[in-house]
Amino acid sequence: MTVMRTRQAVIQALSDEMESDPTVFLMGEDIGSGGPFKATEGLIEKFGDTRVIDTPISEMAFLGAGVGAAAMGMRPVVEMMFVEFIGVALDQLTTQGAFFRYLSRGAYEVPLTIRAAAGAGMGFGCQHSQILDQWFRGNAGISLVIPSTPQSMYGLLRSAIRSNDPVVILEHKGLYGERGDVITGEAGIIPIGQARTVTEGSDVTIVAIGSTVLTAKDALESQSEWSAEIIDLQTLIPWDKSAVMKSVAKTGRLVVIEESSYSGGWGAEICSEVVSKLWGQLKTPPHRITSPDAPIPYAQELEKRYLPSSEYVVSQISELLKTGKCPAAWWEGAK
Amino acid sequence: MVTSLSRRSQLNTEVGRLERMLEIRAVEESIQTLYNDGHVRGSTHLANGQEAVSVGIASVLRPTDVVTCTYRGHAAALALGVTPEGVLGEICGRVIGCSGGIGGSMHLMDASVGLMPTFAIVGAGLPVAAGVALAAKLKNNDSVALTIFGDGSTNIGAFHETLNMASIFKLPVIFVIENNLYGEYTRINLSTPISDLADRADSYAMRKEIVDGQDVDAVINAIASAVDFARAGNGPSLIEAKTYRYSGHSRSDPATYRTPGELDEWKKRDPLDIAANKLISKGTLSEIELEKMKSDIADRVSEAIKTVLASDGPELSTLMQHVSAKG
Repeated sequence: MTVMRTRQAVIQALSDEMESDPTVFLMGEDIGSGGPFKATEGLIEKFGDTRVIDTPISEMAFLGAGVGAAAMGMRPVVEMMFVEFIGVALDQLTTQGAFFRYLSRGAYEVPLTIRAAAGAGMGFGCQHSQILDQWFRGNAGISLVIPSTPQSMYGLLRSAIRSNDPVVILEHKGLYGERGDVITGEAGIIPIGQARTVTEGSDVTIVAIGSTVLTAKDALESQSEWSAEIIDLQTLIPWDKSAVMKSVAKTGRLVVIEESSYSGGWGAEICSEVVSKLWGQLKTPPHRITSPDAPIPYAQELEKRYLPSSEYVVSQISELLKTGKCPAAWWEGAK
Repeated sequence: MVTSLSRRSQLNTEVGRLERMLEIRAVEESIQTLYNDGHVRGSTHLANGQEAVSVGIASVLRPTDVVTCTYRGHAAALALGVTPEGVLGEICGRVIGCSGGIGGSMHLMDASVGLMPTFAIVGAGLPVAAGVALAAKLKNNDSVALTIFGDGSTNIGAFHETLNMASIFKLPVIFVIENNLYGEYTRINLSTPISDLADRADSYAMRKEIVDGQDVDAVINAIASAVDFARAGNGPSLIEAKTYRYSGHSRSDPATYRTPGELDEWKKRDPLDIAANKLISKGTLSEIELEKMKSDIADRVSEAIKTVLASDGPELSTLMQHVSAKG
């Protein structure tokens, strides 16, 4: 067990996979110099420029090249720097790479990992702060993971690289600097599709992923009126239905905290599934705490307000428990 | 037993190459009837008139080389070795189709001869081909990737991004433009400010060549030079094959936008006639043998259609197979 920052866990995971598998290589913009988040720092010195390949600013070309190289038995890890940059290359992932296995009846696999920095809170403005999980949801053939700790970054990234299908790993910019204990090696690997119970509790199940796991923990620790079972999904596609059902069956209440905006959010699917499966066992309606349907503002006070804060989560959950009804979102005003 | 691989080796002779071009023509010309009879769904994009480009390419590449191709891919699939049953079976959505009936006309594939599932998005095959070439380079083998696309693809970002990247990385990839003068329904001069598309290689300091796409021997020479160049580690080439599409863009396109007489002018330089006349003038083939060859091919394609129509559609269980590694 070693204490490291999340960005160091990225480097460690990449390094460990590159050492254990010669088909693993990295490709992306400015990765040789470490990039804006220093999440590949030192790897070019260790593995050379044939395994740490700096590309032109041509996302479609190098993401597509990742698909092609993966289909030939390599395990490329393509870095998109900011998740928004996938927008100019999305075809290569969602329409090409995701369907290669299906169209070729399994003759071509695409063991491709796509790393992208995502998330708000750092003042990058609306074009460099989104999560954009909605771009990948509902697209067969892709997995999507969002780590919340140095350990889950390490463990999920290694699993992503070992997966025989395309995996998108969204690395929250606000978490790169967070420190935590990391078990490295095989014991530290976390399977895709498996949630983690962060805290045990009885009043409410809080389902979170990435940055909202920290928000949920802060909210829980800042009050003593209620206890919560916090489930860190870790993987959004495919999400761990059994872990969520088991916990909600126990607590009878579900609250989902999403960093993304309300409409079309992933929490809607979780709530829908829970209502379908646990109808009659729920003590309160499932509730979603999200950001509003607006682009992400730059000014610090507005960006802070945009994201679900721990104070907001506490007030929302306390009201839900008190009234048995879903409270209005802050932007809806008084109802 | 006839396999895609054994059919590929038939391209080793001039006669074999002519036969394959005749077969492609016969298959393409059979599709309208299959559609009229209700066996073909969605759209089809025919390549009759462009047979020499596909056959020329397939005659040069090794089966271990990899091809990415657009949705106008029936000719390339047949040339690379896929059987008429495999191609027509796929177009008719039958289980004997080369993709098991899951892909359709726009998604033909056969890994045994290096054909990746053909790409239904304009330009999408170029970055993937660059990745295939990158893998060959990283693995230190001498395979090449070749990507076939139309003149319309030269205006899409993927083309420019990929040519640039392939050039700086010196990737063993051959970019082949089938310039058939029309991007979908639009004549090239209305969409593109230059007439020799190979010139776009200049911006990327890339080797280029313009070739007569109606002459299979000329295509072979151009492809062979580019492949040798790539295998030797010298990097990519851009080849522009000047050719012509006898049909409209897709089945729903009657191609009324053509200049009157243009189609007839191109048919005077029909790739099948050019290849056949060469063999006849050399004495390799007689007129009688050519007619026999044509009628044998017509019979074989008719047989293939019977086999296809007797074949079942894919089972329901295949709908959920190969979605991911787990199922």
